[in-house]
Amino acid sequence: MRKVAVIGVGHSKFGVRKDVNLSELTYEAVKPALEDATVSMPDIDFVAFATVGGMYEESLPAVVAAEYSGFTGAGLVRCEAACASGSAAFYTSYLNVASGMSDLSMAVGMEKMTEVDTPTMMEMIGRAGSYLWEFHNFGMTFPAYYALYASAHMAKYGTTEEDLAEVAIKAHKYGAMNPHARFQKETDMDQVLSSFLVAWPLKLYDCSPICDGSAAVILASEEKAKELGIDTPIWVKGVGHSSDTANLSKRSDFLGLQASVTASRKAYKMAGVGPGDLDVANVHDCFTIAELLAYEDLGFAERGKAAEMVREGETEVGGRLPVNVDGGLKAKGHPIGATGCSMIYELTKQLRDEADSRKRQVPLKNNLALAHNVGGTGHYCYVTILER
Amino acid sequence: MWKSWPSIKSKPVTMEFEIPTNRTHKFWDYLEAGEFRTTRCNSCGTLTFPPVADCVNCTDSDIEWVELDGRGEVAAFTHVIVRPTSFQERPPYTIVIADLTDGLKILAWIEGSEMTEVEVGMKVQLKAGKTVDGEPSYWFVPE
Repeated sequence: MRKVAVIGVGHSKFGVRKDVNLSELTYEAVKPALEDATVSMPDIDFVAFATVGGMYEESLPAVVAAEYSGFTGAGLVRCEAACASGSAAFYTSYLNVASGMSDLSMAVGMEKMTEVDTPTMMEMIGRAGSYLWEFHNFGMTFPAYYALYASAHMAKYGTTEEDLAEVAIKAHKYGAMNPHARFQKETDMDQVLSSFLVAWPLKLYDCSPICDGSAAVILASEEKAKELGIDTPIWVKGVGHSSDTANLSKRSDFLGLQASVTASRKAYKMAGVGPGDLDVANVHDCFTIAELLAYEDLGFAERGKAAEMVREGETEVGGRLPVNVDGGLKAKGHPIGATGCSMIYELTKQLRDEADSRKRQVPLKNNLALAHNVGGTGHYCYVTILER
Repeated sequence: MWKSWPSIKSKPVTMEFEIPTNRTHKFWDYLEAGEFRTTRCNSCGTLTFPPVADCVNCTDSDIEWVELDGRGEVAAFTHVIVRPTSFQERPPYTIVIADLTDGLKILAWIEGSEMTEVEVGMKVQLKAGKTVDGEPSYWFVPE
């Protein structure tokens, strides 16, 4: 396997993007990524396009978006791993270059979630498990999946609704500094706790928003990065992946996501690093409880101690390990297919010391960053470790 | 907050999927008779829920239908307030995953209890029968 570098990244504005169609939205991330990497469309040999789809008009969105962006003729695949689709595309592109098949490859994630009404979207993503045994008679919703985990975590470790709210407050604080974020305003304890109940104990402000967006990442071999004269290649140091049962009823407990544990251990092993070595991380906070589960699953905190980390500011800029200082899925937004590539975008910028606001640039010591991207409720998981 | 932009409404799509139950239809037949049965592999003895036609443990396809005791404890729960399209007409509901003494976990609604009474560790009993709409189903009640 060859060394692979991230040499270009691009990101659209996340939000209710009824001003653009899915191809135009994709292009908003593709164009800056190409400029960043100093390459043009015909240089890209392979494109892995991430989208969950089924919620907008196109059946073959990868082909439509690739045509619009000028990638016709390149190798092309659509990757789906639910909310981890972006990381599945990144992994596919990584392997494509690492294996020697291509010298330049692109992973691009896009989701268009606002072309249908919210109850229909709840219906679509409520089926993100095992239809007949969770949805048909019981009407599971996506927040409900994570709410089940929250109830068990609260009962076992004494985690409170205020602890969950702290995660939302932190997310909004950094979202307010991120020009790409859907929510660019801070929030407070009262506002979070008084927001309406979605699936107990999760309230509106515990949930990442349904939104539209795209993000793109260009990967290159070491030789290609050198040939292009890339100043600061960001190396893919480790990748890990795992999955879990479709039916939640087949899981041994609801205190953490086993797929996150397994995927992160694989990534740490490949990279030869541990959680204590990281300068910054982006974890999958589709709901506030998910960020707490991630700290414990990834080994940032001992079991039951994640809320303490947030309360004591350890995951803020300047803290022991800054996490989701771009606002996370919670405040930046979660266009499901785009999220994995959006995480790589953010961490690449951080490792290059190029965060868009100095107030949210983390100090770099070991030049190591971790992206943790979950699909469904721990149904899929990808962990990626990057190094400057 | 968000501006209105020019757009075109697509041709609508309505899809209803016909899900084959041929190999496990007895599950719903038993429910209609008020019995909750699931599958056990005749070769290796693995008890499975949801019911299966093929054993994931030993790959055998010789299965039998066994009735469960159905007593257990709530392992996780949630009250679903914001509901999907097909559950819009119903009042909010409580979903639990219970850990059964039979050695399985099952996800279902809990009926016959106030939302505020439901907690992790609560003792529950599994029931089988028909819903108000006449569909075969199963649910938990407080024990």
